[in-house]
Amino acid sequence: MWRDAVLVAGKDLRIEVRSRVATNQVAPFAFLVLVLFAFALDNNRAVLTQAASGLYWVAVLFSALLAVQRSAAIEAADGARDQLRLSGLDPAGIFLGKAAAVAAELIALEVLLAAGVVILYNATIGGVVLVVLTNLLATAGLAAAGTLYGSLAAGLKVRETLLPLLLLPVAAPLLLAATEAWQAALAGRPGDGTQWLNLLAVFAVVYLTFGVLAFGSLLEES
Amino acid sequence: MYPRSGLPTTGRQLPRWLAPALGAGALIFSVAAIVDGLWILGPTAEQGDYSKLIVVHPAVATMAYVAFGVTALASLAYLWPRTRRREWDQMAGASAEVGVVFSVLTLITGSIWGRPVWGVWWTWDARLTATALLLALFLGYLALRRIPAEEVVRGRRCAVAALIAVLDVPVDHFATTWWQTLHQGSSINVLQPTKHLDLSYNIGLLLGFVAMACAYGWLVIHRYRVEQLEARYEREGLTLALDARRAEGGLPAADRVGASA
Repeated sequence: MWRDAVLVAGKDLRIEVRSRVATNQVAPFAFLVLVLFAFALDNNRAVLTQAASGLYWVAVLFSALLAVQRSAAIEAADGARDQLRLSGLDPAGIFLGKAAAVAAELIALEVLLAAGVVILYNATIGGVVLVVLTNLLATAGLAAAGTLYGSLAAGLKVRETLLPLLLLPVAAPLLLAATEAWQAALAGRPGDGTQWLNLLAVFAVVYLTFGVLAFGSLLEES
Repeated sequence: MYPRSGLPTTGRQLPRWLAPALGAGALIFSVAAIVDGLWILGPTAEQGDYSKLIVVHPAVATMAYVAFGVTALASLAYLWPRTRRREWDQMAGASAEVGVVFSVLTLITGSIWGRPVWGVWWTWDARLTATALLLALFLGYLALRRIPAEEVVRGRRCAVAALIAVLDVPVDHFATTWWQTLHQGSSINVLQPTKHLDLSYNIGLLLGFVAMACAYGWLVIHRYRVEQLEARYEREGLTLALDARRAEGGLPAADRVGASA
């Protein structure tokens, strides 16, 4: 399973590096969202600084939608999904591999967005350890849920509109917990954020487990 | 592999008397609950007449949980290869639709109750947020059910989506225990019914539960039958349309066996 996961993750990341969709489209989109929030809040630095954690995670969530859609689209062209199915790879490994590739892209995006929040919103990141842990756990959960839902909507004519409708409600608890944890880190009170890490860990474990169990069922159809 | 026409079916039908019996039960117990709530139950010292909403609100909320639970069980049965039947998918869809109706009713009755008691129509506490999320999750599930795709593909994806969505039900139920919420904790104690509520309120609560349970069963059966008719129309619609066109031209209907093969 792990070997298959590494293979699939490597394949997805190689495609991303070669196609440069993540760097040319997803990253600029994420940056644009940050800028638009600043326009919407009328360049009010105090409000932006106060709301930085929430705005950051909303930007991450929107970018994750694009990354997940992209990850599912890779398998949609030229019957790649069928070939993946026939390759004999463990479905759980495929799921973990695809989720790991999405997570790697998201981590890179989150680093860029964090820099954007510090520069544009004048936010100061206090608890670095809490921030790193929050981002790792939230990214794992988001990538797992995203890959699962991306696969649910894959190959359908209405996938672009369906995916946000399916994924955003599921990601709402993650958004809440990650925002609260970041809020604590930005305020310099890392102790307040640790309880939210538990929720993020539960979210990640639940969706990773569910994906490992259910992905085979989704893959063997059609 | 499955035939193009779809999944295997049990061919079993629900007893004919069940729907009318549940419909009659829903009507009778609803009238009893309304009479009890409006004219028999007295106001409480804490919330006055607003307490009477306890006849409706917990019942519709519980039925939403039941409906989504049934959807999850039917989805599980559908995903399990040995029990995979078209009926489970149809039952899951029917129950989810009714569950969404009960969820909306839960939010509406909750808001009506919250406005005079809390002073707001809506607040972002854990219970309310989890209920709103539950509704959003199953709206997504219903959207997934409407996608134009092969029955087998759609059924399997919907079953997985239902099993993910139902994870919110325990979170919603235990929200008042796990977090500090504006929403009160449970007033219902099955082992000691009179611990939090008077006997008259327990009777009102019970009437509401029975009425809503009957209404749930009645609605699900009808929705399930509509699902079956829709599936049949999907399978036979083309043949019927061809026959109609042939009839317009004065030609005999096509051979059914040959047409459906």
